[in-house]
Amino acid sequence: MKRGRTLIAALVAVAVVASACGGAGSGTTGGTAATRPDVIVGSTNFYEQITLGELYSQILEANGYKVTRKFNLGNREIVEPAIESGQIDVDAEYLATLLAFVDKDGKIAKPTTDPKETQTGLQKALDPKSLTVLDYAQATDQNGFVVTQATASSKNLKKLSDLAPIGNTLVLGGPPECPTRPFCQLGLKNTYGITFKDFKPLDTGGPLTITALEGKQIDVGLLFTSDPSIVAKSFVLLDDDKHLQLADNIAPVVRNALLQKDDGTLKRLLNSISAKLSQAELNDMNKQVAVDKADSKVVAAAWLKKQGLIK
Amino acid sequence: MRALGDLVRWLTDPVNWQGSHGIPVRVLEHIELSAISVLVALLIAMPVALYLGHTGRAGFVAINVANVGRALPSLALLAFGLVIAISLGLGLGFWPTVFALVPLAIPPILTNSYVAIREVDRDIVEAARGMGLSEGQILRAIEVPLGLPLMLAGIRTAAVNVVATATLGALVAGGALGRFIVDGLALQEYDQLMAGALLVALLAVATEVSFAALERATVPAGMRAIG
Repeated sequence: MKRGRTLIAALVAVAVVASACGGAGSGTTGGTAATRPDVIVGSTNFYEQITLGELYSQILEANGYKVTRKFNLGNREIVEPAIESGQIDVDAEYLATLLAFVDKDGKIAKPTTDPKETQTGLQKALDPKSLTVLDYAQATDQNGFVVTQATASSKNLKKLSDLAPIGNTLVLGGPPECPTRPFCQLGLKNTYGITFKDFKPLDTGGPLTITALEGKQIDVGLLFTSDPSIVAKSFVLLDDDKHLQLADNIAPVVRNALLQKDDGTLKRLLNSISAKLSQAELNDMNKQVAVDKADSKVVAAAWLKKQGLIK
Repeated sequence: MRALGDLVRWLTDPVNWQGSHGIPVRVLEHIELSAISVLVALLIAMPVALYLGHTGRAGFVAINVANVGRALPSLALLAFGLVIAISLGLGLGFWPTVFALVPLAIPPILTNSYVAIREVDRDIVEAARGMGLSEGQILRAIEVPLGLPLMLAGIRTAAVNVVATATLGALVAGGALGRFIVDGLALQEYDQLMAGALLVALLAVATEVSFAALERATVPAGMRAIG
């Protein structure tokens, strides 16, 4: 989502998209399983996206769809045009970020902190592009504030509003721009009334923030809500109980052309994943892939089985 | 011209002179970081330089090895230092930066000090030996005092390099004046960025001038007329 990756990824994406153009014709004529349309599942270029792509691909395959995987295409700047133009049919997206991307000036709708509202706005913005956003999951990938397990239990912290009375004894760490950003320190002050003792400029949800938390150089750190280190280091993600962050819930985005060829099964299958995908479940899968270096194919299959979504 | 106005406004804003993120604190942090780095480099390089200079052994080998320090990219050393500091539990910021700065400071100190001792007139050293001075006494009473200006010139070069490079520390969550540069870039506050760069440059010049004065003051009385 926020992670920009390398030129190599962009070049690979161009090559993949180019080959997809060549293969499109043969793909549609070759399908003999008449009732099930072929599906191309795409993803951007980081582990969470590839796991989500695997979840979507495997549940479809288990139900008789012929799936082509086009993962690791690049960032949203590459993947969004790819789904719009039909080089991919399905991908996993983030409500608020995608809305801000497809409707940059906010003329159609602006992302809000409410997922339902953001999804409605996003659908309006996707209508002219003949795309549909399906049900969103509870899981998000957005700014989150974490504390260590020790801090959480000694100060009895569960949600962000718990920080308000004791903020002046705590040090916040995050990216250098955090103090002036509405979704960071500024928002914590305005929405929650939290004033910290000090702010330590570190990085954007990276190794410095994680190390500073562990080394007690900061008490509260900014990480992404689906960061694998939250599980790996037993950090406690404080609940955004007053809804400071925009709703970046995960949801499948599908081409209308594909939905029209289908009898509604595809929509039902993808929605069944969103229904089960909680933050804890997503973070656990991210940890397995990013920290334990497990194969995202295996992780996705195990999760789908555990949830009873495939046999 | 507007940029210059912004810069002056930033530098004269009282807010930027107060608290734990203010200019005085950052300048002190910068001096502390640089001083410790140069001190560590001195402790490593000086004994080696004095021994090799006095005995005249293996000098150029040592100098060439030290010169590798000039070729190592400080940024890579910083990343390496971060990993080491974390594994040793030394935390972020200060020590990883020291680790990156010390190899930068060693070559000028080692090279200059070695040459300073070697360049002392051999006739004087021989005369001292003839008068019965021990090797230690020769080093302390003759070679070091006579070589001191050149040795200080090496330390000066090292210190100026270190002061200018210590800004890297902000990349690993350190303090010092690099904070203004890194934060200014992240916030797109270019007045802050320029002020940081200016303060670093001023501190480097101040370091240069102070050491130059120190060098002049340490020239032995008998050598002043020559200079």
